[in-house]
Amino acid sequence: MKTPKFLLPIATAGVLALTLSACGGGGGGGTTAGGDAEQGLDSRGPITYVQGKDNSNVVRPLIEKWNAAHPDEKVTFKEQTDQADQQHDDLVQNFQAKNANYDVVSVDVVWTAEFAAKGWLQPLKDKMALDTSAMLKPTVESASYKGTLYAAPQNSDGGILYYRKDLVPTAPKTWDEMMSMCSIAKENNIGCFAGQYAKYEGLTVNTSEAINSAGGSVLNAEGKPSLNTPEAKAGLETLTKAYADGSIPKEAITFQEEQGRQAFQNGKLLFHRNWPYVYNLAKTEGSSKVKDVLGMTALVGADGPGASTLGGHSAGMSVYSKNKATALDFLKFLTSEETQKFYATQGSLAPVLGALYDDKELVAKLPYLPVLKTSIENAVPRPVTPFYPAVTKAIQENAYAAIKGEKTVEAALSDMQASIESASAGQ
Amino acid sequence: MATELGPTPVKEPASGGTPIHHGPKGVGEDNAIASQGKWASWLLAPTIVALAIVIVYPIISAIVMSFQKDAGLDPVTGLFTEGGPAGFSNYTNWLFQQCAAPGGGTVACPPGTLGSQFWSATGTTFYFTIVTVTLETILGFWMAIIMARTFRGRSLVRAAVLVPWAIPTAVTAQLWLFIFAFEGIGNKLFNTTILWTGSEIPARWAVIIADTWKTTPFMALLILAGLQMIPAEVYEAAKVDGASAWQRFRMITLPLVKPALMVAILFRTLDALRMFDLPYILTEGSNNTTTLSILVVNQIRQGFNSAAALSTITFIIIFMVAFIFVRFLGANVVEQQTGAGKGKK
Repeated sequence: MKTPKFLLPIATAGVLALTLSACGGGGGGGTTAGGDAEQGLDSRGPITYVQGKDNSNVVRPLIEKWNAAHPDEKVTFKEQTDQADQQHDDLVQNFQAKNANYDVVSVDVVWTAEFAAKGWLQPLKDKMALDTSAMLKPTVESASYKGTLYAAPQNSDGGILYYRKDLVPTAPKTWDEMMSMCSIAKENNIGCFAGQYAKYEGLTVNTSEAINSAGGSVLNAEGKPSLNTPEAKAGLETLTKAYADGSIPKEAITFQEEQGRQAFQNGKLLFHRNWPYVYNLAKTEGSSKVKDVLGMTALVGADGPGASTLGGHSAGMSVYSKNKATALDFLKFLTSEETQKFYATQGSLAPVLGALYDDKELVAKLPYLPVLKTSIENAVPRPVTPFYPAVTKAIQENAYAAIKGEKTVEAALSDMQASIESASAGQ
Repeated sequence: MATELGPTPVKEPASGGTPIHHGPKGVGEDNAIASQGKWASWLLAPTIVALAIVIVYPIISAIVMSFQKDAGLDPVTGLFTEGGPAGFSNYTNWLFQQCAAPGGGTVACPPGTLGSQFWSATGTTFYFTIVTVTLETILGFWMAIIMARTFRGRSLVRAAVLVPWAIPTAVTAQLWLFIFAFEGIGNKLFNTTILWTGSEIPARWAVIIADTWKTTPFMALLILAGLQMIPAEVYEAAKVDGASAWQRFRMITLPLVKPALMVAILFRTLDALRMFDLPYILTEGSNNTTTLSILVVNQIRQGFNSAAALSTITFIIIFMVAFIFVRFLGANVVEQQTGAGKGKK
């Protein structure tokens, strides 16, 4: 028989390959973080800062400044892509591999709980405590999990209600007031109000805003879903009713941020809920028809300002970092007044320090700051839960069906409730 | 890792290279073939190693993972803990659309969970596959027949046709997203107010149109290659015998191009069954455009082990379709080539 001879080299090679590659693989989803969180608390040395694409060139100048002052504790910048999903997956992979070179990482507010529950983020308490007294409260809450701070709030974001100053005499204060102004839109043959209602993350933002503004909440203080409430129903109904009666135009079901902004800039909307970035574009873009009539106010709720959903990023420290003392100093540097000012002026990133919103110099540069401050002060973090990916899918799927009228509001809310309960029940 | 194995095979040629010059008959030839074969398998070893690392290991690892439970949350510490062995529960949960119940055990997946979308995603995947492959085959055939003719600027047409195929799918999807936007070119051009991504039928057709636009050239080129294998004399003979154009197409072109056509259809079908980027970017899977691949990617963010089970199921489905093609429909990807090789000798 000659076959065994033939197979021998191939078999040897195959076995060797499998053994080698098996060494590279690690266990998935382990949570033996207890030990790692105690390591390297006092050591100093070079660290790496990981963040998504630095579009407005704010990170590099900041790191240069830090490096000039700390020649022995230099920070290296690792730039990820500009896609949030890819950034998330990249972080997950490196945390799972216990990569010690991902010392300080930028985390989206919605990832904080997940990463904290996996035991990947260093709790910022005791020796590693960070002073958060000057920061806006909602930004601190969104960086905390189970009452412990897990990341340093870095920049914030809140919704703003843009409106047409030429058509709306006084900015509305409540949802009903705004809806009563829809007759103006009808007279002018334009849409009344739109946010983002395509089935994606933006729909979660808009749905939880509607629910929070009516006094409800997606998750209660214990992190359990609380959607079978009259408040949640009233909240979601604001959207479904407005869509059914045409106050929210039909095409808004396809709107992400950009499509909505285009419609508003083309003069086809009376009111528009969007993020602060719209301000500069609507003011300066040549094609914008609302340049001179752009009004801004806080989001509207049942009886007063609405509860915006909070966006933004925090800076977390990896438990696998070798130089945590340096990392903590770097977090303090990122949240210092000077850095926050630089973020605002250079990158139009909303600060987390309350005082900066009243800074005359800054307000002159970024006129939306006072409105944004009201928005963020009244903001509610998006549901803080380690099961966020499942929670956001449950909200999107059911809110989308409800707004389109394929499902009653009650059914949508109880399906949301059941989906979230099932997701957090684990397998 | 593969390079570390390099030094060992190098020793072999001394024993393997020489016997070829001996007489053409007898034991010497057998030895020559044997050592040649051994030599060949040493040469193949690095490739086998590479394949084992990049294909075999991930597949085995994914299958092992699919029998593990996903991490659950410890209610006291708020930290995730390992799930432990799961048996076939990950698989049965998908197939029977069962989700974890809050008090333990399972319930039928409520709408809004990924688990509730398994069968609809399977249906969507096959719907897309059947419709797009059919359209692409018809249009591709038509394009191939045009490109097979000789006319001025033929090579320009052939190159131009490839442009949609050369654009990365993610870019294609983004382009079509602009076209299908409410205020986009699509609606402006035809003066319509269709919400392309806002309800089921338009959303599905948006994906189908974009996919057909992108991959018909691939079909056309594969079929064109098959068409050019048909000798012109056959057509001439048929013409002399008075066969009509339709008869020539049905009796000559179709049977002779069938091997190439089947391979093209097989490739496209397998490709379409794992369609991901186009619907993911165009519609985010809304309005019943979630394919199995989109479901896998969404599940990865919610739990690796369950996602591993789902991708194994997807793999089995695609494998079965490929098997049916090769076994019953005569799409012989491998034999076709060896057969042709033997013919030439």
